[in-house]
Amino acid sequence: MLFKISAKNFHKSFRDYLIYFLTLIVGVSIFYMFNSLDSQQAMLVVSSSTRSIIKLMIRLIDLVSVFVAIILGFLIVYAGNFLIRRRKKEFGLYMAMGMSKRQISQILLGETFLIGLISLGVGLVVGIFGSQLMSILVARLFQADMSRYKFVFSKAACLKTCLYFGIMYLAVMLLNVFMISKYKLVDLLSASKKNEKVRMKNPVVCVIVFVISVITLGIAYYLVTDGIRKLTSEASIAIPIVMGIIATFLIFWSVSGIALRFFQQKKSIYLKDSNIFVLRQIHNRINTTVTSMTIISLLLFMTISVLSTALSLNRLITQDIEKMTPVDLNLWKRANISPEGEAIEAQIQDSKVPVSTTLRENGLDMSVLTDITEFYTYQVAGWNWEKSLDCIIDETKELYPALQYQSPEELVKISDYNRLAKLYGIDTYELSDNEYIVLCNFDSMAALRNQALAIDSDVEIDGKTYHSRYDTCKDGYMEISTGSTNTGLILVPDDFPLTEDMRYRCFLAANYSGQSKEEKRDIEQLFIEGGEGDRIFYDNVFKNGIEMDGMTKISVIESSLGISTIISFVAIYLGVIFLIACSAILALKELSENSDNRDRYLILRKLGMDEKMINRTLFRQIGIFFIVPLILAIIHSVFGIRFALILAAVQVNTREMLPSVIATAAFLVLVYGGYFLATYVGSKNIIRDSLTR
Amino acid sequence: MKHILEVIEIEKYYGNRSNLTKAIDNISFDVDEGEFLGIMGASGSGKTTLLNCISTIDRVTAGHIYLKDTDITRLKGNALNRFRREELGFIFQEFNLLDTLTAYENIALALTIQKVKPEEIEKRIRFSAKNLGIEEVLSKYPYQLSGGQKQRIAAARAIVTNPGLILADEPTGALDSRSARQLLESLETMNRSMGATIIMVTHDAFTASYANRILFLKDGKIFSEIMKGDLSRREFFNKIIEVVSLLGGELNDVI
Repeated sequence: MLFKISAKNFHKSFRDYLIYFLTLIVGVSIFYMFNSLDSQQAMLVVSSSTRSIIKLMIRLIDLVSVFVAIILGFLIVYAGNFLIRRRKKEFGLYMAMGMSKRQISQILLGETFLIGLISLGVGLVVGIFGSQLMSILVARLFQADMSRYKFVFSKAACLKTCLYFGIMYLAVMLLNVFMISKYKLVDLLSASKKNEKVRMKNPVVCVIVFVISVITLGIAYYLVTDGIRKLTSEASIAIPIVMGIIATFLIFWSVSGIALRFFQQKKSIYLKDSNIFVLRQIHNRINTTVTSMTIISLLLFMTISVLSTALSLNRLITQDIEKMTPVDLNLWKRANISPEGEAIEAQIQDSKVPVSTTLRENGLDMSVLTDITEFYTYQVAGWNWEKSLDCIIDETKELYPALQYQSPEELVKISDYNRLAKLYGIDTYELSDNEYIVLCNFDSMAALRNQALAIDSDVEIDGKTYHSRYDTCKDGYMEISTGSTNTGLILVPDDFPLTEDMRYRCFLAANYSGQSKEEKRDIEQLFIEGGEGDRIFYDNVFKNGIEMDGMTKISVIESSLGISTIISFVAIYLGVIFLIACSAILALKELSENSDNRDRYLILRKLGMDEKMINRTLFRQIGIFFIVPLILAIIHSVFGIRFALILAAVQVNTREMLPSVIATAAFLVLVYGGYFLATYVGSKNIIRDSLTR
Repeated sequence: MKHILEVIEIEKYYGNRSNLTKAIDNISFDVDEGEFLGIMGASGSGKTTLLNCISTIDRVTAGHIYLKDTDITRLKGNALNRFRREELGFIFQEFNLLDTLTAYENIALALTIQKVKPEEIEKRIRFSAKNLGIEEVLSKYPYQLSGGQKQRIAAARAIVTNPGLILADEPTGALDSRSARQLLESLETMNRSMGATIIMVTHDAFTASYANRILFLKDGKIFSEIMKGDLSRREFFNKIIEVVSLLGGELNDVI
């Protein structure tokens, strides 16, 4: 019998809370999709290096899932709690009819059970099908072959989803039972009659609080962007975050009072249409919803920041990749290893010959390589970073105490570099005999170097003074890499006094002689750890104890693709969950609020407002509630994104950010806007039903 | 004097063929401009249905109602809403004030939805508030007001738009006797010095004694009609009591 009531209640409220159900279903399905990544078919067909990247991604998603579960748990508990409070009168009726609190709890348990079961069931089904689509996406991203399609179901992810959501629903059930036990019959029955007291805040206090919170926010913004150096320890990052949260709360607390005052002065706005009603409605409500507005705004802020930062990073990583990998292979090793160290004899001997000699001697078939370009780099005693940054060293050391100031500067003869540059297809340079050029494309290091070069670039070597040809660093690099990571390379004239004992590294750049992708992949196997096929060269190098480093185009592309994929996946996972959680809270709040507002709208109708006017009033009211937290979130994001980019140590100009910001905005408009429309239509129906009744 | 309202042979049926209730059974009457008409009757006599039909909340089954020469039984949709907004003022038993708005704003809202200019709004509210003795409470919220004050705010809201007709449905129903008297005096002021035409539905003889003319309804028909004429209120009250006892039944108990 009790379960029958539960089922009926569920059925009855289904339409009203459709948005909530849909959100739960989407939440469950996304949770499943991301947690089932490891068993998806794409995983089985990608290459081994990609597989290890995906493994990393799965570990990350595992971690993030806990966080996601907390957010979704919050949504479910919040919604549960909130739906109960709205049903006080119903429970009062049950109790007046002689039902015990225990029985009421049972009804509630039944309802929560139904909601949980249905959302979990439907969500899993959606998730299982969704994960097939995702698998195809993953495969395309990693260029894996998915021609033999197979339907995959992940039992582990399914169990995990059930477990996590089970715990959440259990928490709601317990909370509900607890809340019911606290209620008194008299309060329940008179719940709706209670006079709503309008608490008018002192406008002076409002203004003061508002100003204080704006200042606090300003300081927090400064601390995470331009003032970031003032944050010395990792823990101190919490300071601006806490400041931001408190300021957000206080802004919502004070803003409606100020806005109301402001509009009351502007009679032409205040006394127009139903603006009085809309403003009062918002003023009245925002007072009681400061906490949830704060949470919604912060979640929106995180969505915007996470998505646009991740998408920008993604673009940055992938856009340079072709440019930064003009050849298939880079190999290098230390030159002139000193006999006094721990190095073995074979190594010391090997460090005296160029890379190509090492390759040949260790049994590599040299025909696999073409376009071989080889040279040595040099170091000069006393010319290190500290020396290069000499004229600004004090400030720099204060700002970046952790920089390796003793790192030697690496020198390359201009003709050697120009040969390499021709192979790479990048700019070549010219030098007079007392000049040098600094090549650097790692933004933050380049900035420091530029400062120093602009002041004083003179360096004295062997009694001769050299100065930089340009007063800034130039673009260029030697090693292929995932991005602009050259912290410094100095080009010197060919007659610069360099001797054999000043050699620093032996460097080789080459292309694979294979034509097709497959042939190149086969050659690649010769150089990588755990490669397939002929291992003679690799084993010999290993056996002889020769230490050689290198970078291949294929591995650079795969790893940067991997990194960018990890970033986007995690960001999308988090972003979607944040966004649907906060949109659902807002939508749920607005819907229930507007069903409470039925009487007010009925009065408006009696005063002679027509359908159009009432709908406009409703639209404005809901619109403002959706817009206000969004505005603050956007302002937060401007600084949040900058902060995230500083953390990621990349400099992005506004134009480069634009596409990812637009993508984020589009996503936001789609989801958040969708929730807004659904709320508006839902509220409109609720109010229209009550008016025609 | 000119008829502001003409009710011609209206009927209102509820239910279906097998179980038909005639809530209003062929009623006709006129209301002159500046009149204060009372409608009395026991519950179920059809008085609220009649008011609902005049106020366009309900539709008649047959007959016509003309307000200022417009047949309001033929109005539909937005024209109906506009008519209600511009030509009718309402006073309800349960006040129907918006709890989130101050008294001033409650009155102002009735004007803003008619797109009256802000300066005009201020002037009109001050004027009617002064007439109804509610100037001091204008800045208060409904929960801070007594029932009588609330109902006078509602009365001010009804008259501030200068409607052709004010409809009051049991306006004293939720008030104690002192507040009721105050409100009725306010309605009298609205009628006499502000020139409002009022139709008031009540089952209370004392309340009804403030009207100029009273229609008695029984079983959906007009049972009788009395005029105040030159009578004092006390004499008119006694006359009402006579009719009420003629009508018999429950109305007596109420007094």
